[in-house]
Amino acid sequence: MEIPYTTEHRPDTGLYNAKLGVWLFLASEVMLFGGLFSAYVLLRVGAEPGMWPHGWLNVTLGSINTLLLALSAITTLLAWAACKVRDFGKFKIFHACTMILAIAFLGIKSYEYRDKFLHYEIALNNGTFADGHLVEKSADFDLANKTGAVTLHGHIVEDRKELMDLRSPEAQKAEHKELVIPAADIKKMQNYGPWHNTFTAIYFTMSGLHALHILGGTLVIFYLWGPGSRMYKTDPERFTNRIEVSGLFWHFVDLVWIFLFPVMYLT
Amino acid sequence: MSESEKPVSLKDTIRLCALVFAAVVCATGLMIYTSFLPHYGWTAKVSIILAIATVNAFLVAGYLMHLLSEKKLVYTVLGFTVFFVIGLAGLTICATNGFPPGTVSH
Repeated sequence: MEIPYTTEHRPDTGLYNAKLGVWLFLASEVMLFGGLFSAYVLLRVGAEPGMWPHGWLNVTLGSINTLLLALSAITTLLAWAACKVRDFGKFKIFHACTMILAIAFLGIKSYEYRDKFLHYEIALNNGTFADGHLVEKSADFDLANKTGAVTLHGHIVEDRKELMDLRSPEAQKAEHKELVIPAADIKKMQNYGPWHNTFTAIYFTMSGLHALHILGGTLVIFYLWGPGSRMYKTDPERFTNRIEVSGLFWHFVDLVWIFLFPVMYLT
Repeated sequence: MSESEKPVSLKDTIRLCALVFAAVVCATGLMIYTSFLPHYGWTAKVSIILAIATVNAFLVAGYLMHLLSEKKLVYTVLGFTVFFVIGLAGLTICATNGFPPGTVSH
């Protein structure tokens, strides 16, 4: 049985079915991310003055990722255009570039996540706070039994609020050095994972969901580039439509990042 | 006829892509520059940055997704989507401080 309207347009919609399908899917995706952006706005405006983090994320890495994703959106469009003009060789090259750029994006994102999981805030018994990246934990380190020590590369602050704005002149001047903190002096120790505060929770949720979309899109592109590209020989028009539909999804993922980057990294 | 149905020239597409990429790079640079400006308030900075991001999004959606010349049905689907997103987000945000009479806050 032949599937209808894979290449020709339905008279009532004016589109081939897959294209209408992907636009409806993207509409549901807009609702999903729209809800999360609304949650972000509510958390942001509901935060106590001075208690919403600023400058916690690496702008350089975020900017590189923005450019990688923009470039991948372009190679996706070029892959579709190459299919349209029936240049299979160029299609292969452009889509290979898309995958490399997507993997680079995920690599940088993983590095950023790793950095957050190694970054600790330690509340000390004397009321001050140690903040920095984990260098090492002694072999006998046990927070519950108060044995051993932990070494951080960071600094100590009197008030937790000082850790919120890392772009402030005071934070820029802070001298970072190796701090050896005995477990007996630690009241509470926590890394900057999703559980740290509402900012890290919404950051990991939104950027993690976005990264999953990148991963999913990359798998689809890989399929169309590899085993799925056999269809090009038997039905090039239908294959081109598949590339267009996957490209629309990829551009949507780029669109989400266009808002995610300034909201999370710059404001 | 939508953009994706027109005859395609690889050369023209590459030229278009180069222009869009250059614009996206400039817009991203401008957003970063704005975020580091010292003499503007948070509200002004956020407004400028989000305005630039919207221009960025328009370039990607309009030219790379061919939304500038799509079929009416696609615009209808997106129109409903925008309506519901703005409606639901707006209602939630409006309701944030809408406590029933007599509510005691601690």
